[in-house]
Amino acid sequence: MKKVIMGNHALSWGAQLGRAQVIAAYPITPQTQVVELLSEMCANKTLDAKFIKVESEHSAMAACIAASIAGARTFTATSSQGLTLMHELLHWASGGRNPVVMGNINRAMAPGWSIWTDQNDSLSQRDTGWIQFYCSSNQEVVDTVIQAFRVSEAVMIPSMVILDAFALSHTYEVVDIPDQEKVDAFLPPFNPPIRLTPTAPHAFGGLTSPEHYFELRYKLQKDMEKVPDLVEQTGREYEKMFGRYLGQVEDYRCEDAELIFVTSGTAGYTARVGVDQLRQEGVKAGNLRIKMFRPFPFAKVREILTKAGKVAVVDRNISYGHHGVFYQEVKSALYGRDHNVPLFGYITGLGGRDITPEIYKEIAQLTLAKDKPEEDITWIGVKR
Amino acid sequence: MKKEKTMKLSLPTEELMGSGHLACQGCAATLAMRYVLKALGQKTALCIPACCWSVIDGPFPHSSLGVPIFHCAFETAASSASGLKAGLEMVGDMETTVVAWAGDGGTFDIGIQALSGAAERNDDIIYICYDNEAYMNTGIQRSSATPYGAWTTTTPVKHFKNRPKKDIDAIMAAHRIPYQATANTSYPEDLFKKAKKAKEIKGTRFLHIYTPCPTGWKSRPEDTVKLGRMAVQNCIFPLYEVENGEKYTLNIKPREKKPVNDYFRLQGRFRHLKEEHLKFIQAEVDHSWERLLKLAEPK
Ligand SMILES: Cc1ncc(C[n+]2csc(CCOP(=O)(O)OP(=O)(O)O)c2C)c(N)n1
Ligand SMILES: [Mg+2]
Repeated sequence: MKKVIMGNHALSWGAQLGRAQVIAAYPITPQTQVVELLSEMCANKTLDAKFIKVESEHSAMAACIAASIAGARTFTATSSQGLTLMHELLHWASGGRNPVVMGNINRAMAPGWSIWTDQNDSLSQRDTGWIQFYCSSNQEVVDTVIQAFRVSEAVMIPSMVILDAFALSHTYEVVDIPDQEKVDAFLPPFNPPIRLTPTAPHAFGGLTSPEHYFELRYKLQKDMEKVPDLVEQTGREYEKMFGRYLGQVEDYRCEDAELIFVTSGTAGYTARVGVDQLRQEGVKAGNLRIKMFRPFPFAKVREILTKAGKVAVVDRNISYGHHGVFYQEVKSALYGRDHNVPLFGYITGLGGRDITPEIYKEIAQLTLAKDKPEEDITWIGVKR
Repeated sequence: MKKEKTMKLSLPTEELMGSGHLACQGCAATLAMRYVLKALGQKTALCIPACCWSVIDGPFPHSSLGVPIFHCAFETAASSASGLKAGLEMVGDMETTVVAWAGDGGTFDIGIQALSGAAERNDDIIYICYDNEAYMNTGIQRSSATPYGAWTTTTPVKHFKNRPKKDIDAIMAAHRIPYQATANTSYPEDLFKKAKKAKEIKGTRFLHIYTPCPTGWKSRPEDTVKLGRMAVQNCIFPLYEVENGEKYTLNIKPREKKPVNDYFRLQGRFRHLKEEHLKFIQAEVDHSWERLLKLAEPK
């Protein structure tokens, strides 16, 4: 079924098709429509779920975690201030191995109150042990939520499905809504190996001495390391059933590229337009959009970027006192290998300032003009 | 032949709490758990946030309880319980009694937002606060349940707590939940009865259990039960129930209301208090008691 829906509703549709059983969520601009539609879906019984209308995001995540421990499939959605309010519980969900799936709308952090997009909210949660997917179209959102349930439940690690504020959350696009029966075949009911029940009483998450804690974290990392292959496999299976492939990265015209942009989110979609325009002007550009940020797709990134003449990483975020986050990550993926691709770091679009095809042209110009980067952050469009 | 006398036990002998837990000597919080589980039975699931009880139960992979426990974040007892109840029901378990089991800090302070949220939604959980009147897990710091005059490590003698204990029961009554009660481990039958009653009611139920803590109160372990009795007899911690935030029932009305002094003398945390402080406290206790009597008057 084809439908014109907004990005936020794509999250709700994903949750409905994935048959989420417990939803606990709290509204925040620009995520509100996600919970509004889910409330309707629950009220209309198109979705058989309990929706707990909690009093905060903090309680939303706590409730999802507990419901997940009981063996229910859980979903929530939030943004920015709400996501960062959950911080302690993000560690709880991954540490407790509860495969909660959550939508997050990338919105810049206050203060100055902003409702517009940048990635600092979700990227500052990068070490909480969540799988992170960054989307660039509404179709990708629906498909990613469904696959996130599969992947998360296979490794018992929670997933975040991330959309840019407004640029995606409020953009209407045609979406092919998958058939429920086919989704059911792809995504069987959640059946965790162990769950909380009085029939077999266990204590979950009790006091853990140095004797045991280390191993629990080791196992979390080992299971995280399984995710890249799992995402590939799951993606191929999904492609067979639904005709759309969703992997760790999307490479666009990278084969013969002298310059590859590294991008994410909707800026990664715009980058393709930039690439096409540059190619028309004779610049062999390509774009590597990182869809899965955690675990970081090291193998894919290395494979694609080592063929490039130069790499320009475009960050809509910043790690204060360090560099753009994707820039750091790509650098760490490439460091210590035989090849030595010049890596340029650009920061642009913070707080929702537009990232246009022209910006990619500017970045291409700056990158091609130099043999090697002279600084780790080149600011694009900042008023000084 | 002489007929043997048998004692009639007032509580079931079945135990859901084993030995080998990690509580201090004379800890009333352990008694509270033991009695409550006798009333609620094995089909019970606990959400325990950070508090003494998150340690008492025992380290991984041990547990001293025969019911499942979710050890949750400090401020999430209520929201975790709401989620757990929803989750269990969605997987077909409509029966299990879900209990949030938190200390006074996790209830009066950091967890009050989640508790208020669950109570307003009337989520189907029993919230139990065992009240030892301070943050004991972290080494005796004041909470908003710490009474006026008490020493704690953050309210040193020179600067003892100069505000009264927060009236959490009035706060819960204002939420008009179906059932709430105060209880006390020195009155096990009353506590048992209230837990049983709570179990049979749907919606948010709240039990506030007074639990002396020898370590934090600087009292003798053997005085734990005595202190509990005194707190009821001198009306510092009256035993009562509230239904729908309106119908107050006083469970124990002391024949003769005892003065507070003896109670204070048994606890090192109050040793610094002067006669004038005790007078002030007595007046406050009298005032609260009068107010409660009015609320419990037959209408
Ligand atoms: C968010 C957070 N802040 C602080 C702590 C540290 N902490 C653990 S238990 C506790 C006090 C608990 O007091 P209470 O709820 O009264 O239970 P008790 O220890 O007295 O049984 C504190 C402050 C924590 N675990 N989490
Ligand atoms: Mg306490």
